[in-house]
Formats: sequence, C-alpha cells, structure tokens
Amino acid sequence: MSVVTPEIEMVPASWTRRHLLGLEDLTAGELNLILDTATAFKRETAGCTQKIAKLAGVTMANLFFENSTRTRTSFSLAARRLGADTVDFASSSSSMSKGETVVDTARNIEAMGVNVMVVRHRTPGTPHLLAKSLDCSVINAGDGPHEHPTQGLLDIMTIRESRGDLRGLTVALVGDIAFSRTARSNIWGLKKLGANVILCGPSTLVSKQWEQFGVEVSYHLDEILPRCDVLNLLRIQFERQTTRPFPSVREYASLYAMNAERLKRAKNDVLILAPGPINRGVEVTPDVADGPHSVILDQVTNGLAVRMAVLWLISGKPMRDDG
Amino acid sequence: MATLLLTNGRVIDPSQNLDRVTNILLRDGKVAGIDVHDAGADEVIDCSGKIVSPGLFEMLLLLREPGRVVVERFASGTAAAINGGFTSVACIPNTEPPIDTQATVEFIQQQAARADNCHVFVVACVSKNREGKELAELGQLVNAGAVAFSDDGAPVYNAELMRRAFEYCLMWDKPILNHAEVRELTVGGVMHEGQVSMLLGLPGMPAAAEDVMVGRDIVLAESTGGRIHIMHVSTAGSIEIIKRAKKRGVRVTTEVCPHHFTLSDECLRSFDSNFKMSPPLRSQADVEACIAGLKDGTIEVICTDHAPHAAEKKMQELDLAPFGITGLETCLGLVVTYLVEPGHLDWPQVIEKMTTNPARILALRGKGTLAVGADADVTVIDPQARWTVTAEGMRSKSKNSPYIGHTLTGRATTVIVGGRVKLRLA
Repeated sequence: MSVVTPEIEMVPASWTRRHLLGLEDLTAGELNLILDTATAFKRETAGCTQKIAKLAGVTMANLFFENSTRTRTSFSLAARRLGADTVDFASSSSSMSKGETVVDTARNIEAMGVNVMVVRHRTPGTPHLLAKSLDCSVINAGDGPHEHPTQGLLDIMTIRESRGDLRGLTVALVGDIAFSRTARSNIWGLKKLGANVILCGPSTLVSKQWEQFGVEVSYHLDEILPRCDVLNLLRIQFERQTTRPFPSVREYASLYAMNAERLKRAKNDVLILAPGPINRGVEVTPDVADGPHSVILDQVTNGLAVRMAVLWLISGKPMRDDG
Repeated sequence: MATLLLTNGRVIDPSQNLDRVTNILLRDGKVAGIDVHDAGADEVIDCSGKIVSPGLFEMLLLLREPGRVVVERFASGTAAAINGGFTSVACIPNTEPPIDTQATVEFIQQQAARADNCHVFVVACVSKNREGKELAELGQLVNAGAVAFSDDGAPVYNAELMRRAFEYCLMWDKPILNHAEVRELTVGGVMHEGQVSMLLGLPGMPAAAEDVMVGRDIVLAESTGGRIHIMHVSTAGSIEIIKRAKKRGVRVTTEVCPHHFTLSDECLRSFDSNFKMSPPLRSQADVEACIAGLKDGTIEVICTDHAPHAAEKKMQELDLAPFGITGLETCLGLVVTYLVEPGHLDWPQVIEKMTTNPARILALRGKGTLAVGADADVTVIDPQARWTVTAEGMRSKSKNSPYIGHTLTGRATTVIVGGRVKLRLA
C-alpha cells in the first residue's frame, strides 16, 4: 500500500536515540513522537493487521531470558509487519546453560547480522550492560522490576486514544509497585505527559519514598477510587518476592481486587487497564476484566503499534539535512 | 645490611607525636635514629617535599590464596600492596580452604616469605572450616602466629558461638573481626536499600542489616569483656552505635574503606558491577557519617577490603556478579583526595589511621611506629603527586576497580620493608 503519512516516511531528526532502555530518560517530546508514530502506523496498517515494508533488510533478535508470550510475539509481529527479519533466542535453547556469559551470548547473536536486539532479563540493568557491550541497538523488553518501556508506552497510548490528552487525568497504578517494571515505566511516562499518578497497594509493596518524585501514595483503594480516571491493575509478581508481602491472596483480593462492587463507586467513564497476564480473581474479577470499562485487549493491539514505532525510530531511514 | 638515610622529609609518627622535617636513619632492618646527620650511610634518599611515614598497614586484605589463584596470588597481591604504599597486610581467611589450622597459617607465612614483598600477618578463622558451627583451634592458631580471628566473607552468625569466641580469646586478648550483616534482611540483595534501589528495582540490603549485627556484637563484647573490631563499617546507624559503646568503655574498634567515604548508591544507576560490594555503597548521608566518624575518632582505621575478581565474573548481570573491588593501589590517593585535600583529616590523623592504629589493634610490636628500634618499614609519600588510575598501572592480577580513569592526588614514591627498598618511583 502507499504511504501518505509524513511521520513514518523518514525518521525525524529530533529522534537521536540508538537504544530504548527506559522511559525515565525520555523527554515529553520523545514520548509524544513515539506515540504519534505509533498512532500513524496503526492507522496506515488497518489497526496493525497489514504490512508496511519500512524495515526491509533489518534483522531483529528477541533475546528473552525470562518467560514471555505476549511481549515476544508482539515484538516479532511488529518487526514482520515492517518487513524486517526476526530471530528468537530463549535462554533454555541458548548456550547460557553451558556457562556462557550473557555478554558473550549477545555478541554471538549480534555477529549473525542482527541490527536490533530486544532483551528481557530478570535482572535490572542487563539491557544496559548489553547496550554498552554491543554495536547494535538494544530495546529493553523488561529488566526485572526496573523498566518495561514499551509496556508503559502502550498503556499510555491506550489512555490517550480514549481521552485524547493525558494532562490533568488521574491514573492509579494498583497492586505490586515494588516488583513492577510496568509501574516504573508508567510513572515516568505519565508524569512527563502531565497526568496525576497515584500508587496504591499494600504498604509492603508501595514505598512512601515515591512521594519525593511527585506521585501520590495510598494504601487504600476504596479511598482513592472515586477520583480516578484510569485504573491500571498490576499483577502480583509472586516469582520475584523473597518473602510474602501480605498474609494471603484472599486478604489481598479483599483489599485491592477490582470487582463489580468497587466499579459502582468509580467514575462512570473509568478506564480499566491491566498489563497482563491477569490473575482473574486476584487483582481483577472476570466481570470487570471483560466488562465495558476494560481496554485490556486494546492494550494488546496498541502494543504492536508502539513496538512498530520504536523499531522504526531506532532503525529506520533517518531524515537528512539535505533531504 | 645497608644503611639508609632518608633526608629532609616531613617525618610524621603519631606513636611518638612526631611531626617535623628531619632525617631518619635505617640500619640492619631497624630504625636506628632520628635527627641523624650521618654522611656515612650507604644510600641517601632525598625526601624533600615528601612525607615520611611508618609503613602503611592494611588490615583487611583478601588474598585468594590458597584457592582462587586466577584472580590473585601472594606475589601479585603483595606486589599490589607495595605499589599502594603498604609494608604490612593482614590477610583474611576468606580462602579455599579457609585458614583454620596451623598448617594453613604456616602455608600463608611460607608463601609470603617466597613472595618477599611485604609483611603478611594472618587473621585466622573463628570457626572450623569457616562454617560458623564450632570454634577452630584458636590456641593452636595463636601459637602459629594468628594475630586476630574472623570468619569474614560471612559473619559469625551463631550468637552463642560468638560469645564463646569472645570469652575464649580473652586468654590471648585477641580481637574478633566481624562482618556485620543479618542475612535474613539481605537475601538476594545487590545494593543498599533506599531511594535508588527503589527506582532501579534492584533488591536492597538495608542499613538495618548491618546495624542490628553491630549492636549484637557490641552487647556480646561488653558482656564478656572481649574485643570486637567491626569490619568495614558503612552506615550512620552503626557508627552511632559504636560511638555510644566507646563512651561506655566497650572494647570496640572499627574501620572504613575508601569506597564508603567517596561513593554513594547513586553510582549504581550505571548498573556497573564495579559498584557492587558488601557492605554496599550507602546513601550520601551515610557517606557523610563515615567522614564525620573518621574526624571525631569513632573510626580509627582506614582499610581497603581489597577483593580481586576476574573481569569475566564482573561482566555479568548485577545479581550474578560477585561483591567487591580491588583497593590496595587506590587507597592512599583516595584518602588524600577525599579526606586530606578537603580538610577533613590532617596528615598525622591519616597516618595514625593507616599505620599506628592497625598495629595497636593487632598488638604488633615494632609496627606502625618509627621509634628507634622499630622495624625499618617506611612509606615515603608525595602528597602533591597527581596521577590517573589505570588498569595497566595496577600490580594486582585483577582490575575490578571503579576508580579507573579517576585522577587522584598523593601516592607512595618509596616503600621500604625491613630496611630494603621495595618501591622506588622516579
């Protein structure tokens, strides 16, 4: 198909980054550029269902050291929609089990002609370590509880699609803040685009120190619920916790699960997001997850659009001064 | 043996309240005289503009031998010590096998003699096989030459074992050097728990983990009359607990490493594993407390916690990378740059904390002093020398230092061990 949208014709000169490691370092301008580009791609590909060969000749490698279905599939599909080649490495099928270091593994994959490496790892900073050790671009697809920039972007894109503008909106991130990379990426992105952020969860999983970064901290969902325009319900990261931060799942659900009863006390047009995988009955009940306020499946589609935009900005044809 | 005359240096020896420009004569491996104007010495070393100090003493050295000789051997570790200005080191039994028998103590002494660089004193294990279960044969170890006891690498965890060790050591009045860490509070931790760990999502090691163990050790030392030396203190809370205990007369001493008074947990934002150590780099408030503790005398020793690691181990994910950095060759420069130049400590205080106090805590006669008859261990320091830390400039086999590329002021230019010149910089 023919492309008519200028922002996806050539990468604007204002984009200068080789890697995307987190949203903490990005400016509001950069965030908006990614979101505008993603919106354009979504429009030009009939909701990310058609191909648009912008990255022919580019090879993207997924290097996933943690389990993932949706993020890995989403990156692969985004690359293929753009005409790039993709290759997948999972830790179980790599030589990590033979004692090779992560840097050596990544260098070997890079040597196969990879231009962009999408990295997921249990340890914060591993994508940063690889970015320093490799010549290719690195996209952080989740480094432990640190950041997951494309998840933050797709959440924000979903809110923006529904509300047009982030400024003045009140967005609550509910649940396991301490171990959530989605929370951190959302905090930075939302704050920069002018939203009010509330972090809500049990006191063992939400640090008061976040208040120093201009966000509100609350332990009681029922108190903040009526003020929220958006609720992003985070999964409890049981696998990352060394000690149980609350006595039981039942007690957690009684305090924080988004259910029909709580929905009645929320704003009429409240948006319900969940980064998935969702634990039905823990952070959200099935009727709410599948109900009219839920935009959980829009998030998945927007994930494709955001990843297409990021891949394009990082490895697309740059705008030149003489062009 | 040749006689050596060091002339016109600023001779600083806190053990005899000495601080003036003068000459010092070394003969037959001993200090033979001060204020000597003997033209008959075999060699005269002009020390004009330099500081002449008792040989620097490192209390906390991880030599890795026996065991991981790939990262450090006796020869390279003690050569690094000399290059950093140290004439004596106390090595910690964090080795494989650990130093818990007379035979291993003797092995260390033999290796040190073979390397023939600096003096090596042995800190032996508190517990058999460093397992924290039953006491090692402390009496036998003392007879073999052990100067103190420690299970470093790990704290002596069992409070009853620690109490027994304090009591048993009363027979020789030896100190126990303990690594203060309550491990239930640091499971999986890679950095200080605080605002920075919260932002980075890295598992934290709270200050409380150190403070609680410091408190326990002080209570046990106080109740038994034993001697506790808190290793590498790093938190404001621990320093406050130690300060209060000292006021009550508890026999507690402590030390601090340069990284804890020069760097904070902010460094971890780079995710560079050369900033990963245990105890971890703390908050800026803790850094300031370390400096205040040095100034008010609560902290009486500066040591390096020299922990060599192979580059490939440090090039791993932060949770897999080992704890620790090398320190012997940057210690003096960091002390001058971060403590002397800003005016926190004067030179006599620095030299006391790097020579006299370690020798006093380990009860070593003839060390940490330039009194006539003392061992002829001397470090000549150029207090103005500006130099840049490089991997190539290091004698240690491992280069895991966060200070590579930093420019520092002050370094040892001549190092004399037992009357023999071991380092001579142009």
